[in-house]
Amino acid sequence: MERQLIRLNVNNQDYEIYINPKTLLVEAIRDHIGLTGTKRGCDTVSCGVCTVIVDNMAVKGCSVLAVQTEGKKILTVEGLEVDGKLQPIQKAFLDEGAFQCGFCTSGMLMSATAFLKESKKPTEKQIRDGIEGNICRCTGYNSIVRAIDAVAKGKYTEDK
Amino acid sequence: MISDFTYLRPGSAKEALQMLSKHQEDGKIICGGQSLLIIMRQGLVTPEYMIDIKRLDELSYIRFDQKKGLRIGATTTHRAIEKSALIKDKYPVLVEMEEKLASIQVRNWGTIGGNLAHADAAGDPAPVLTAMGGSVKVASASGERVIPLDEFYTDLFETAMNHDEMIVEVIVPPRPPKSGTKYQKFNLLDSDQGIVAVAATITLNGRTCKDARIVLGNAATITMRAKEAEKVLIGAALSDAVFEKAGEAAAAECQPVADIHASEEYGRHLIKILTKRMAKAAWEQAKISG
Repeated sequence: MERQLIRLNVNNQDYEIYINPKTLLVEAIRDHIGLTGTKRGCDTVSCGVCTVIVDNMAVKGCSVLAVQTEGKKILTVEGLEVDGKLQPIQKAFLDEGAFQCGFCTSGMLMSATAFLKESKKPTEKQIRDGIEGNICRCTGYNSIVRAIDAVAKGKYTEDK
Repeated sequence: MISDFTYLRPGSAKEALQMLSKHQEDGKIICGGQSLLIIMRQGLVTPEYMIDIKRLDELSYIRFDQKKGLRIGATTTHRAIEKSALIKDKYPVLVEMEEKLASIQVRNWGTIGGNLAHADAAGDPAPVLTAMGGSVKVASASGERVIPLDEFYTDLFETAMNHDEMIVEVIVPPRPPKSGTKYQKFNLLDSDQGIVAVAATITLNGRTCKDARIVLGNAATITMRAKEAEKVLIGAALSDAVFEKAGEAAAAECQPVADIHASEEYGRHLIKILTKRMAKAAWEQAKISG
């Protein structure tokens, strides 16, 4: 199949890649651009480890064609840290120990980031609903929910 | 492994329909692709041409009119429906349904037209829209037609659309007075598809049931109306005993396919219970509605 040139904007940087049009967004990001923070898990839109943010919306990179995101702003876990400074949500994950094996972490961070942008003062139930599309196989949800809650409650506002 | 295809990105719905007309069964419309890409990965669908309508904003809209009811453009995302104040006000059951459709990520990218066209009997929107008398407007290069949703599904992953047609709009008539619609799926996780699901609409005339629609999800190879259950309800003075009978009728007429999640017997049992509960819940809502 003939490859085609597409231009993707990932973490505010433009990339030109030659890809087969069937290339999934997660494949473009990992295998063509080389940003491997985004993980590949179930490949069936279930687990959420491939979550990235496209035009401010969390989406699953395993079920979006890369060509469909041309001209859109893609944010991956590598784009959270700016000038060596971690985002509040990243600090909160560290403080709360919101990892066990770490495989779900980048997807969780992206869902949490999108969630916190649109939800002010969320309840615990709303936080849990906000990460419903992300599975932590170590079942470490409580610390993840605490981390999101801490950011929502403004614990890290001075760090922004 | 997804098979190779030629990617086409039409600039308008008209152009998309021309492409579809040219490629017929070799072409496939992709919008959000949240269902399509999964079955392509399984090798169930291997189109030569993928016609991407995701960017067609002309088909992304939510409109309401007292006379014509609700019109939702095919490329409208689930998330847009979920967040629509207009739909929450006029058709709250649609918002309740969307809130539990898959996950936020899927609702952000997936679209109502794609969901309905995918024709999965376990899909959430079809039972609810069918219970409210909904239809889809489908278009081809040579014209448009409206197909009621209860005639739209012909078999598993099959619809009444021809190869050169695509859904362009979802239509829901205005809610009749004294009417309520409720939907519930039975599952272990909120974001899962239903093991089975039931949508019920009850419309009252005084104390008797003037009209009823019971629509079952994942209880056969297609989204199906439980017409025997509807017969039990229509014209009856509603009571727990009537809801019980309606549940029994639905359980008898459904055709659940046994799978890893539920045996046929268990599927029927769930249909009985959910039909009873949803009909009653729709009735409670109808009593207090304007």
